[in-house]
Amino acid sequence: MADPLQRPAKKDPQKRTTSPTLPPFARSRKAVAFTAAAAEGRFALQVCDECEHVTYPPREVCPKCWSMELNWCDVESGGALIAATTLRTSVNTYFRERMPWRIGTVQLDAGPTVLAHIHGDVEEFARVTIIARTDKSGQGVMLALPVKETLNMADDRQLRALTCNPKYRRALVTDGRTELGQRMVKALADAGASRIFVGIAEEWRPYSGQDALLKIPGVETMPLDVTNTISVNELAAEMGDKADILINTAEYVRPGSAMDRHGVTLARDEMETNYFGLMRLIQAFGPGMRGRGADGENSACAWVNLLSVYALSNWPVYGTTSASQAAALSLSQGLRADFAGSGVKVINVLFGPLEESWRQPLPPPKVTPQRLADTVIHALTEGIENVTLGPVAEDVVRRYKEDPFVLERELTQMHAGMTI
Amino acid sequence: MSMQDASALQVLDGALSAGEIETVDLTHTLDPDFPVIVLPPEFGQCARFRVEEVSRYDERGPAWYWRNFSCSEHTGTHFDAPIHWISGKDLPDAAVDSIPPTAFVRPVCVIDCSAESAKDEDFLLTEEFIQAWEKTHGDIPAGSWVLMRTDWSKRSGAEYLNMREDGAHTPGPTGDAIKYMVEERDIIGFGTETVGTDAGQATHLSPPHPAHYLLHGAGRYGLQCLANLDSLPATGAILVCPPLKIKNGSGSPLRVLALVDRSAA
Repeated sequence: MADPLQRPAKKDPQKRTTSPTLPPFARSRKAVAFTAAAAEGRFALQVCDECEHVTYPPREVCPKCWSMELNWCDVESGGALIAATTLRTSVNTYFRERMPWRIGTVQLDAGPTVLAHIHGDVEEFARVTIIARTDKSGQGVMLALPVKETLNMADDRQLRALTCNPKYRRALVTDGRTELGQRMVKALADAGASRIFVGIAEEWRPYSGQDALLKIPGVETMPLDVTNTISVNELAAEMGDKADILINTAEYVRPGSAMDRHGVTLARDEMETNYFGLMRLIQAFGPGMRGRGADGENSACAWVNLLSVYALSNWPVYGTTSASQAAALSLSQGLRADFAGSGVKVINVLFGPLEESWRQPLPPPKVTPQRLADTVIHALTEGIENVTLGPVAEDVVRRYKEDPFVLERELTQMHAGMTI
Repeated sequence: MSMQDASALQVLDGALSAGEIETVDLTHTLDPDFPVIVLPPEFGQCARFRVEEVSRYDERGPAWYWRNFSCSEHTGTHFDAPIHWISGKDLPDAAVDSIPPTAFVRPVCVIDCSAESAKDEDFLLTEEFIQAWEKTHGDIPAGSWVLMRTDWSKRSGAEYLNMREDGAHTPGPTGDAIKYMVEERDIIGFGTETVGTDAGQATHLSPPHPAHYLLHGAGRYGLQCLANLDSLPATGAILVCPPLKIKNGSGSPLRVLALVDRSAA
């Protein structure tokens, strides 16, 4: 069993904050596909189209039949640990700071033999389950886990290096006025977050759920309006050094395409929240989080964006909102570059129509705020960066991966003339 | 120089310098956190006051600090022009840039409804209430501004809009009161301390939003989100309230001042 994680002590104000260091970054161009799958929490390897041989490390041609047709496919995650060792020294700064470190060789059921990080509870020669995740460099790596859940399994140091577990961490939820924000706060509390800062815009307007929100353990509501630069900067000045996890629940949604709209006022409001709001948060909280990526057990670890799946491809029924979400998605990709080297993960959850008032006329299946909150916690505890939630979103993402131009045709043709 | 020789402006200047005439600021600070009117969500909304730095003695402008600000024509302490309402849309000289500037410097009457508003958040100022006020203070002079003092400006946070599930609960005038002031007293405008010239529940009055409908239909002006009305006398002060000269503007945030004669005190 892993040593149970202890609530981190208060920071020694005389000690310099440890700068983030990184595990090896370099990968071949072919290997990026492994990282992309790992970012989704998938374990994918190259499979030969001709002979079905599974190959690793990534290659240009099949080592068995010389075919060039190697496709990245999800493969069986089972295997057996055939050799393990514990590193006690390394020339790499990242590992030097984290010694001892367990690595080993795993014979995959899928075929290849791979070098992997090994969870502390895996016994020698035991069966293992491989997970692929992004590490602090943002690159895909493999970690061998025990097949059966062990005591305090999530507290293993090597697993925690790949995840963003909220346990004993401090989180900021940017908008607590909505059901989504309030469910998110409750889910964080249930997941063991030690403090949850909750942004409340326009306290001069009442909102429902306020009493229940304030009763959640560890909750502190703070004035925050992502459309107001002063407000965002003031909150960052006040508690930005404690934002280990930032979850942006602020969103502005209105139905209508550009031609349905009369003027740009609503579209500006959409951009103010969905795009400029994100940008204000990045400018105010980003630098502090970037500097705290290796700040002990409650280091800054995750920035969570909740985005409509129509950020990928415009759905004219919510046409201008889709455009603002696309802008936010693009900015979130830039944020990954800003956070590169810091160890802070950018988690993007692309969700289908949410069960809330501005999407009320849409037919099921819809995503409930509770489901979205639970999904964020799952992504954090698993360290997954790209999440697709709900049948509609899964369908859109699948078609987007197949051919974004076909998806665009479909979304713009099948809803022609449909207004909410 | 004797008083007889001095021009009216020289007298005014002397009284201002001597502190015999006090300049009272009736304006709330333009602040992102100051409430604005909230309409049902499917309507367009009043923009909040916002600022973005252009530079602050930094790489964007090393020796100077300046900002862009944005807001609605109806954010903060603001002026309503007749074209703000459909009833005034076809009137001549009815936008902030075309209103004759004489309207911006006028005598002002203050009707104290603070005790009544403290007891009843939905207090309505009626024709009878105004007539009772006139028995004490004399008839409202033609061409005056009339301000309804409720001490609402002393409220802050959620207490100011006082929103509940059935809407806002704040005091305001009845249609009859507005008609009386416009038709019988020929006022130039009407102002309040609340977020609008109408009561919070005015959508349920007849006509709905009588201050907006009747005042602006008659080419009169509105002022709202005023402060410090408790430091004004019932009569005798001069109101100074020029809105920004926005082309075809429906209104404008503005600085509202009152000149109050303290020499008698």
